[in-house]
Amino acid sequence: MSPAPEAATDGPLVGLFVTCLVDLFRPSVAFAAIKLLEAGGARVEVPRAQACCGQPAYNSGDRDDAVAIARQVIEAFEPFDYVVAPSGSCTGMLKVHYPRLLADDPRCAERAKTLAAKSYELTSFLVDVLGLSEVEASYEGTVTYHDSCSSSRELHIRDAPRRLLASVTGLTLIELPESEICCGFGGTFSVKYPDISGAILDAKLNNILDTEASAVLAGDLGCLMQIAGGLSRERAKIEVRHVAEVLAGMTDMPAIAASLKSR
Amino acid sequence: MAEATISFKKAASEALADGELQRALQNVKTGFVAKRAAAKSRLPEFEALRAEARAIKDHTLTHLDLYLEAYESKVVESGGKVHFAPTAADARDIVLGLCHDYGAKLVAKGKSMVSEEIALNAHLQAAGMEVVETDLGEYIVQLRGETPSHIIAPVIHLNKETVAADFRRAHKGRLTSRRLSDVQDLVAEARSVLREKFLVADVGITGANLLIAETGSSVIVTNEGNGDLTSTLPRTHIVIASIEKIVPTLEDACTILRLLCRSATGQDITTYTTFTTGLRHEGDPDGPTAYHVVLLDNGRSEMLGGTFQDMLRCIRCGACLNHCPVYGAIGGHAYGSVYPGPMGAVLTPALQGLDHVRDLPNASSLCGRCEEVCPMSIPLPSMLRAWRERDFAEGKRSRAEGLALKAWAFAAKRPGLYHALAAVGVPLLTRLAGGRGRFTRLAFAKPWTRVRDLPAPEGRTFQQLYAKMQKDRK
Amino acid sequence: MSGSEDARSMVLTRIRGALGITKLDRARRAAVIRRLERHPRSTIPAQALLSPAGCVSQFAEMLTKQAAEVARVATPEDAVHAIASYLSSNNLPPRLRIGADLRLAALPWKAAWDISRVYGRAEPSDKACLSRAIVAAAETGTLFLVSGADNPTTLNFLPEFHMVLVKASDIVGSYEEAWDRLRKIYGERTLPRTVNMISGPSRTADIEQTIVRGAHGPRRLYVLIQG
Repeated sequence: MSPAPEAATDGPLVGLFVTCLVDLFRPSVAFAAIKLLEAGGARVEVPRAQACCGQPAYNSGDRDDAVAIARQVIEAFEPFDYVVAPSGSCTGMLKVHYPRLLADDPRCAERAKTLAAKSYELTSFLVDVLGLSEVEASYEGTVTYHDSCSSSRELHIRDAPRRLLASVTGLTLIELPESEICCGFGGTFSVKYPDISGAILDAKLNNILDTEASAVLAGDLGCLMQIAGGLSRERAKIEVRHVAEVLAGMTDMPAIAASLKSR
Repeated sequence: MAEATISFKKAASEALADGELQRALQNVKTGFVAKRAAAKSRLPEFEALRAEARAIKDHTLTHLDLYLEAYESKVVESGGKVHFAPTAADARDIVLGLCHDYGAKLVAKGKSMVSEEIALNAHLQAAGMEVVETDLGEYIVQLRGETPSHIIAPVIHLNKETVAADFRRAHKGRLTSRRLSDVQDLVAEARSVLREKFLVADVGITGANLLIAETGSSVIVTNEGNGDLTSTLPRTHIVIASIEKIVPTLEDACTILRLLCRSATGQDITTYTTFTTGLRHEGDPDGPTAYHVVLLDNGRSEMLGGTFQDMLRCIRCGACLNHCPVYGAIGGHAYGSVYPGPMGAVLTPALQGLDHVRDLPNASSLCGRCEEVCPMSIPLPSMLRAWRERDFAEGKRSRAEGLALKAWAFAAKRPGLYHALAAVGVPLLTRLAGGRGRFTRLAFAKPWTRVRDLPAPEGRTFQQLYAKMQKDRK
Repeated sequence: MSGSEDARSMVLTRIRGALGITKLDRARRAAVIRRLERHPRSTIPAQALLSPAGCVSQFAEMLTKQAAEVARVATPEDAVHAIASYLSSNNLPPRLRIGADLRLAALPWKAAWDISRVYGRAEPSDKACLSRAIVAAAETGTLFLVSGADNPTTLNFLPEFHMVLVKASDIVGSYEEAWDRLRKIYGERTLPRTVNMISGPSRTADIEQTIVRGAHGPRRLYVLIQG
């Protein structure tokens, strides 16, 4: 089934949840997401009144700020049919944790549930809602895929990214052993307990390097920055990209942590 | 507080640098993890049993007072006595008192986490009694003057050469030239040394995996048989268990046992699962003539009806430890608590308060594997967050951390300001990286760059680029 | 003793306080009594739901996998022969520690006239003991042995070689069926001092996760299924 023609005027209205890491560190991921969503027949808008899903506050125990941010996100994304984020952890925040955070808030409890029901991680939205089974992209090389903790265990996503990757011309997917074991990022954990985070990362890097794939992909920029940072420190010759970049055929730009002079 | 943070981080660093420990921890990841997965795949009813076990425990906890009373009356009926211990100190004193009453000189012990929790051995030893741990792992830990590093496999952190050296040092009156090079040799020697103790011990103390209200029984699961020798040979048998170990019936015990063994070691059942009820019956040629059960509260009753009630469903299988990337990196001792790993990070502050153990609930990436494998469906990550909320509210975090979070939240709640600040910071940061694509060193990001490189931004924020793109379109 | 009464009342009061129980609640009490009396079963795994023949063969199979030695004997005489040959093939003296169990006493011991049977609790010097299992569960290859003069508990743990006789008709599928058998014998809500569920010889993996047999209990477990 080929993707519907772009810029449909009657496709579902998607509000793109950019995520703070994508906004600050790798905008190309968001552009790739927009390209994929529009190719899939959705209309995409990016509300300006967004910054962060609130995970740093939430996971640090700062419930009040997490609630305040949640209310804002709910407000900003209310007008949309769907909310899509190129991130399992941010989607998990919206889908799983906002309802919990606002369970006792009479004004927002229902609205949080409504938002949760229409929030999706990118690849899962493309496959499960837009019904895509393939993308029009090519990528010559072997890739391996890391499943983020949120994608695996909060959102139960496994199939969607793999199905789309399988349709990329020239791409060979090598399964990563223990793909759903944590990479050690964990948000603030990575800087509060860097040595432990690094030790957990080492195990992940060993698994990645053992596949001998030429690239490693994931759907979460936090994981990708952790992994890319580790591989770069090791001077390993393996590319790190967000899965959206490959699916959207936008791999001309340097990989994550790669020198701008490369490629 | 500050002291405790340094000790956890220091202990964790030492653990990370300890080559022998790191090799041993591999055994946890490959051994227990694989075995549990295999056992689970052989039991199609695993998820159904999980749901039922949770319901059994929830029902029991909401009727805990009544089940404790029912259990007590059955113990008394079978000739035993039940002693309630509100605190650890009470439990220690009760056990010491009983040992005095029975003129105990030598006390044999089966494995009991609760006895570690209340530091029972030192209390009895201070009163002049000899206390011998009979579980092989616990025995070795005792010889070394250490604490166990894993609730199921106490000496998973040691290799056989280390154990052989401990045995040579501690076991007197044996040929120095004797062979202790194989694990078999070590086990054989431990068997003969401990056999002598079993046969003359005055009191046997065991823990309990479960207590059964229906019959007043206590249940222990072992592979060695030491718990059985401990509870059968000495004249007095003391069971020490925490109050949440109660289950209503034998059937409920069956359900939980099916999950416990598979989750802990990947066995369908341990070699010995033993139900002891009261003292020897008339005409029994063996068995104790006195039976006492010490029921420990030590903070558990306070957990009922609150945020941490679900933690009381824990059956101490150790699956969460085995699957935790943090435990897998630093081992059990670094936690500085009797209960390590995810369950320890939740339970320890519940039993003793957050002071001195603040790192425990914070040192987690919240990956969620623990909750995924917990046979009792305990929402561990949620409870870790709940502890973080209390920690945050108590305001004892470092100033730097507090400021950073406050600044971030301040901006995040004001997207306009956030975008404006990012629009300045991101280009600056990009320029600093100078085309290299990453930072190997960055002044304000030392905790990150000490361990790994930091990818550089792309020159502009997405919001900047998108806004420009929208403008260009018009 | 007033101290212990206070402690008991303190703990129970704390529990009730934490649960928000303010008064005697009939429904609560009734729920507890009902569960204790009816002891409802939860899910029993398919691996425990077997025909009688299936019970015997799975029981033998699982015990063997768990490092016990299992033999099927058709008649009491075959049982005695098997016991005698087990002792001799393991270079054990023809001497058995045994309890007062009538069914063991009624075995045709004259078929192995030189085996001396010594009665009572086990002594450390006993090399081999013979017990009878009151029931067994095929679910996990598990023997149920109960304390008492018939089969003293020490026989299960002190010797290096433990032999257990179990009748094929006493092998049920699930633990629950086994417990129901015990309830029929001992009554509701009553158990002997010790019930041992035994599923193999003693073992430990505490050192380097290496499995070694004969940690504290028997190194060898020989199970004879009769009938």
